[in-house]
Amino acid sequence: MKKLMLFASVLAMSAAAAQAKTFVYCSEASPEGFDPAPFTAGGTFDASAHPVFNRLTEFKKGTTEVEPGLAESWDVSEDGTEYTFKLRQGVKWHSNDSFTPTRDFNADDVIFSYDRQGNAENPWHQYIPGITYEYYTSMAMGDLIKSVEKIDDYTVKFTLNQPEAPFLANIAMPFASIVSKEYADALEAAGTQAEMNNTPIGTGPFKFVAYQKDAVIRYTKNPDYWGTAPIIDDLIFAITPDAAVRLQKLKAGECHLMPYPAPADIDTIKADPNLILDEQAGLNVGYLAYNTTQAPFDNPKVRKALNMAINKDAIVEAVFQGAALPAKNPIPPTMWSYNDAIEDDAYDPEAAKAMLEAEGVTGLSMKIWAMPVQRPYMPNARRTAELMQEDLSKVGVTVEIESYEWGEYLAKSMEAGRDGAVMLGWTGDNGDPDNFLSVLLSCASAGEGGANRAFWCNEEFSALLNDAKVTADPAERTALYEQAQVIFKEQAPWFTIAHSTQYVPMSNKVSGFVMSPLGDFTFDTVDIAE
Amino acid sequence: MVRFILSKLLYLVPTFIGITIIAFSFVRILPGDPVLLMAGERGVSPERHAELTALLGYDKHVVLQYFDFMGRLLQGDLGNSLVTKRPVLDEFLSLFPATVELGLCAIIIATVIGVPVGVLAAIKRGSWFDQVSMTAALVGFSMPIFWWGLLLIILFSGILGWTPVSGRISLMYYFPDVTGFMLIDSIISGQKGAFVSALRHLILPSVVLATIPLAVIARQTRSAMLEVLGEDYVRTARAKGMPQYRVIGIHALRNAMIPVVTTIGLQIGVLMAGAILTETIFSWPGIGKWMIDSISRRDYPVVQSGLLLIAALVMVVNLLVDLTYGLINPRIRIK
Amino acid sequence: MSEQLNVTAPVRLTDAQIRRQMISEFWFYFRQNRGAVVGLVVFVLLVLIAFLAPVLAPHSPTQQFRDALLVPPVWQEGGRSGFLLGTDAVGRDMLSRLIYGSQYSLFIGVVVVSIALVGGIVIGLLAGFFGGWVDNVIMRVMDVILAFPSLLLALVLVAVLGPGLTNAMIAIAIVYQPHFARLTRAAVMSEMKRDYVTAARVAGAGRLRLMFRTILPNCLAPLIVQATLSFSSAVLDSAALGFLGMGAQPPSPEWGTMLAEAREFILRAWWVVTFPGLAILISVLAINLTGDGLRDALDPKLKRS
Repeated sequence: MKKLMLFASVLAMSAAAAQAKTFVYCSEASPEGFDPAPFTAGGTFDASAHPVFNRLTEFKKGTTEVEPGLAESWDVSEDGTEYTFKLRQGVKWHSNDSFTPTRDFNADDVIFSYDRQGNAENPWHQYIPGITYEYYTSMAMGDLIKSVEKIDDYTVKFTLNQPEAPFLANIAMPFASIVSKEYADALEAAGTQAEMNNTPIGTGPFKFVAYQKDAVIRYTKNPDYWGTAPIIDDLIFAITPDAAVRLQKLKAGECHLMPYPAPADIDTIKADPNLILDEQAGLNVGYLAYNTTQAPFDNPKVRKALNMAINKDAIVEAVFQGAALPAKNPIPPTMWSYNDAIEDDAYDPEAAKAMLEAEGVTGLSMKIWAMPVQRPYMPNARRTAELMQEDLSKVGVTVEIESYEWGEYLAKSMEAGRDGAVMLGWTGDNGDPDNFLSVLLSCASAGEGGANRAFWCNEEFSALLNDAKVTADPAERTALYEQAQVIFKEQAPWFTIAHSTQYVPMSNKVSGFVMSPLGDFTFDTVDIAE
Repeated sequence: MVRFILSKLLYLVPTFIGITIIAFSFVRILPGDPVLLMAGERGVSPERHAELTALLGYDKHVVLQYFDFMGRLLQGDLGNSLVTKRPVLDEFLSLFPATVELGLCAIIIATVIGVPVGVLAAIKRGSWFDQVSMTAALVGFSMPIFWWGLLLIILFSGILGWTPVSGRISLMYYFPDVTGFMLIDSIISGQKGAFVSALRHLILPSVVLATIPLAVIARQTRSAMLEVLGEDYVRTARAKGMPQYRVIGIHALRNAMIPVVTTIGLQIGVLMAGAILTETIFSWPGIGKWMIDSISRRDYPVVQSGLLLIAALVMVVNLLVDLTYGLINPRIRIK
Repeated sequence: MSEQLNVTAPVRLTDAQIRRQMISEFWFYFRQNRGAVVGLVVFVLLVLIAFLAPVLAPHSPTQQFRDALLVPPVWQEGGRSGFLLGTDAVGRDMLSRLIYGSQYSLFIGVVVVSIALVGGIVIGLLAGFFGGWVDNVIMRVMDVILAFPSLLLALVLVAVLGPGLTNAMIAIAIVYQPHFARLTRAAVMSEMKRDYVTAARVAGAGRLRLMFRTILPNCLAPLIVQATLSFSSAVLDSAALGFLGMGAQPPSPEWGTMLAEAREFILRAWWVVTFPGLAILISVLAINLTGDGLRDALDPKLKRS
């Protein structure tokens, strides 16, 4: 009898297994870890922050608009420095073999999640040796947040040092994920703090099951999810760093969806009847930053002439295989306040040559720096540099291509007095124009340690950005940013290359996938047909 | 015998210290700053940079850092990865079985095919079999295996669709790690088809990795056999009218195997180098790919300790080969 | 001093005659091995191609034909007669790049072997000649280098020195050098005990003369064999480094680097993947065939001495 029962239960199990929907995502990189706060890579957030965790505010699916998350609603004080959040009630934490939560999500978790990042005295600030909170630091959250207070179990008040228009978008970012205080206490009692990073407990749509390093991550659906529970039962990340291999696996049906196809494969994918290809202009820009402190590149007319001598369309064609939009502004067109009225400099070698001669620049030789690695905004910098080299030789400019190992490249390109123009790019963090313009082009970032690699400091431009930052009204901010883009175009500190298009190939059985302008991959709404 | 082993072990100590110095100093003079690398396009302020450098202990004098490193090493602490923040040893141990499985499979393929081919080629010296197999061996020996792997992928995975593209087992199967070897764990799990799936994933990478050792073993076996077949005692045995198979099976093969065993043992270094390329091509989650990734990410502690672990491993295997050699060939021991 | 060797010879021969006789004897043995002759012919062809590259190549190896991206080889549909083996992703002629690539491979082989050979010989001579603690220290250092898998060590060395062709060559040479040092040392130690060395020493030969003029020439055979072996390994390893992005940097038409660049087209353009690998295989095979022949030809003499 016992045997029979066992048999029956096995049968029942296999029946359930047949119905279970398993979705396989061929991810491009191993996650650095599963605690979202200490890390910065997008691939890490796809594996930790998005499936497992939630934040006070969330980006509305498919947009960069902010919507309520674990906070149901909020009030902002008159002067813009106090944010009072009403927290959602009845939100359940995940459980696993070693941890069962005894309470729902509450204000203590919020306080803990921020305090451990900002407060060096918090025992969880250094729960793994060498851990740092780079996103929290680089978004200047430490300077911004004065205090986080618990009003009651379901009310939290943030006090800021100064008004900051992008604040609600900042706290929707992965690093601001809310982790469980109770779980942390349990780990601390057991002396296994590192598990915070290995076995995450969150409130998100999927529960973490297991990770085999560099190979597979497994999740299962969180049936108690406070939002709409996912349709699929199991989510699997098959880690496949090589783009060609990812595509092979997708074609072979070994996975259902993949990120970052090689530009060369786009046509093949489009032609395949079993595959669907979603595309969207990426929230990024690739650029060539002149050293605007170095003669003759300190002359805007010279920079403008060089910009006119480079055939942008040819680069988009040969390097991006057409998978990009030629860039005319430093921010991408999917971002609000993009100034579409601006005209790009036309490709005109003759005029460029004349302009250079008019400025007394002849026999110019310059360096172009090409980064040694592939980046989301630039599939092949070396190839781009070669194309630029050829174009510029036609207007009498000799180009030498310079490259260093990636870390060195980043360091040397920031050194004041750098010789030559440097190729680089940027991918947006939170969909706010400030996150592009201030970070990359303001006077403040032109100094040591800043990311302004053109060393370009235009007082008028920077003043516009600062005004926009403390203005709450979106329409006013838009006007300010649009004006800033006009100045940028006149002064031409960069040759703007392209906004690379993001492609997401998937099996035609997949439905409900929504591309994120921020480049996130989330699977709580996907479904697969059998 | 104990003395022999001890003297060998003692001999390893200075070498091991040398290895730690090399592993440490190479990695410490790697250009590129891990702090900057972590910051990426964003950049990092000078104050923050100094803070992070101090946090990671890279502000101290290099000699002090070496002694720190050795001190921790003696306590079994190999440091934490800068990228994943996890202990290097944990990472190594979680990836190591994959490489061992691949390497063992390759060496088995190489031996099982290489030795008989070498023996046959020696016996039938000058025949078409000898010529064809030795030409093939030379081609294998000259093979750029990273290209060979790509070709096999195009053919077997792309065109024919017989083998999976990458990974260790189909994702349909999920069972706990017991030994870390997919082939064994899949049997233990008792899930239908798991073993076959693991085998199908393993076959192409191990064939690619086996290519060079196979060629070396076949060539080495052949020349060792030829040498032995020319020895007096073999000729005597033949002259006494001993049947061919006994001559070869008992006298020749046994003696010819001594250098062959050494050759097989010495392939570990070749395998490790091959694993770097093979694992890169097949996205095999093992030590080789881990090292490559860590070098390009400037993950100092991982490169440092990884180099150390791999070198120590090669050293230990070489020692074992030495000892085996001493066992099967007592003459050496007496000397 | 080498005349002393031939005192017992029935007919006294001049140096030149001895040399000629040695060469003809060597050639006799070498010719026996058909594969070796084929290998040598292919190798000579490669050298010719490398030297005549500017004449042979139909296009510049770096010139980009923007209207001819990824054109297939001429015999395939869509191929163009201007590009016999097709073009790569930025419209460069594959054939021209392959032809120029031979320069890189041969250059790498020659440089690596020269550095490793010279370095190894000097170190080996020192160790073997002086013995004692000098020998001990040197050989421990060599052991340490040999404990690392060669490609891994070369990779780390290149990472230290910075990616690029020169550094890749230096790294590979450093990794190969212990083999030469060990061989030289072993040969020196066995030669040191021989009568002619003692004789030379008694005759008052200086240390340097003893090392380089008396002993070294008698240790050459194994070194030559090792050198050809290293030559082919150097070509392979530098291609592997190029493939891993640590060797010659684009746009140089080095074969391994070409393969690395071509990887993303593996499903779309077989020719950009196939030809560079084939070129590596053929050259390495030719060198190994020649090396086998060399060894066979030198071996009997080794035995006789």
